[in-house]
Amino acid sequence: MLFNIVLYILAAVALYISFRRDRQKTKKALAIAWNSFRNLIPTMLGIIGLIGLMLALVPREVIAGLFGNNSPAGILLISLAGAVTLIPAFIAFPLAASLLQSGASVMAVACFITTLLMVGIITAPMEVNFFGKKFTFWRNAIGFVLALVIGGVMGVILQ
Amino acid sequence: MKTRFRRYALFALVVVADLFLSWQYPARGSVAMKSSLDYLVEMFLFIPPIFVLVGLLDVWVPRQIVEKNVGPDSGVRGVVISILVATAAAGPLYAGFPVADALLRKGCRLANAVIFLGTWATIKIPMLMMEVKFVGLPFALLRLALTLPAIIATGYLVEMILKAGEPGRFAQGAGEKNY
Repeated sequence: MLFNIVLYILAAVALYISFRRDRQKTKKALAIAWNSFRNLIPTMLGIIGLIGLMLALVPREVIAGLFGNNSPAGILLISLAGAVTLIPAFIAFPLAASLLQSGASVMAVACFITTLLMVGIITAPMEVNFFGKKFTFWRNAIGFVLALVIGGVMGVILQ
Repeated sequence: MKTRFRRYALFALVVVADLFLSWQYPARGSVAMKSSLDYLVEMFLFIPPIFVLVGLLDVWVPRQIVEKNVGPDSGVRGVVISILVATAAAGPLYAGFPVADALLRKGCRLANAVIFLGTWATIKIPMLMMEVKFVGLPFALLRLALTLPAIIATGYLVEMILKAGEPGRFAQGAGEKNY
């Protein structure tokens, strides 16, 4: 919330200064802003809907249930769940904390957090919109591999 | 018109799924729609100022400034700047997409744009603070230390792969797209 207020103040001040200095340029800036916004809306609506569906169909308890299994296959499954889901940080970290408390291994939790943050399958359509398929595929694929490495190393060190 | 219609395909699919869910499993359907509405409100709260800032960046920041600081010849400095700017960000990654896109069109190096997105997604300061609070300092610090090199490596790897391929948006000299 605080972040939103800061962001609005920042945008308003910048807009005001811009308008004072050059009306024409400011108009152009707003046109650019409006066009990018309009371009984003269809995909954004779809993704928001997907997030809602996901939260309804895969509740926290289901995710928590994945953490009983610490074999490589179990870790991989958790990592895939992390890559596919989109959970905001203010839910993900408390969830991670409660998983650790209830006995999940550090490696599993770390892999879940790193894949969650580094790979975004749900936001991929939006990323494709901006940067293309190849960019999106490689950024996420490399992110997934490195997320597994990071999670693995963290699990070993923090055991 | 047809492409415009196609862009709503995902949304249409989701609406159908929502309706089906509400019909078959009313409880879950209402959770789905309520979460989506919550998200929609959240998005509309922070997306407009970001786009206004991106628009202003587009008209006021000269290409040379972006090129000099994060452009193809910006080297280590460019990487450091990309990381520092993105750590100050907040909000989900998809809010970072339009910003990175605007930077790319202004001559930002591809690797730096990927590093910027990676930092935004994983180690921005508000997120780290929450991480320390919930899972502790060792976890957060170790993740930070391992994630930084991973983000930088991803940036250079993505750049190598995309530049090596056929001419496209990210081939040498491309990246300028006019509205």
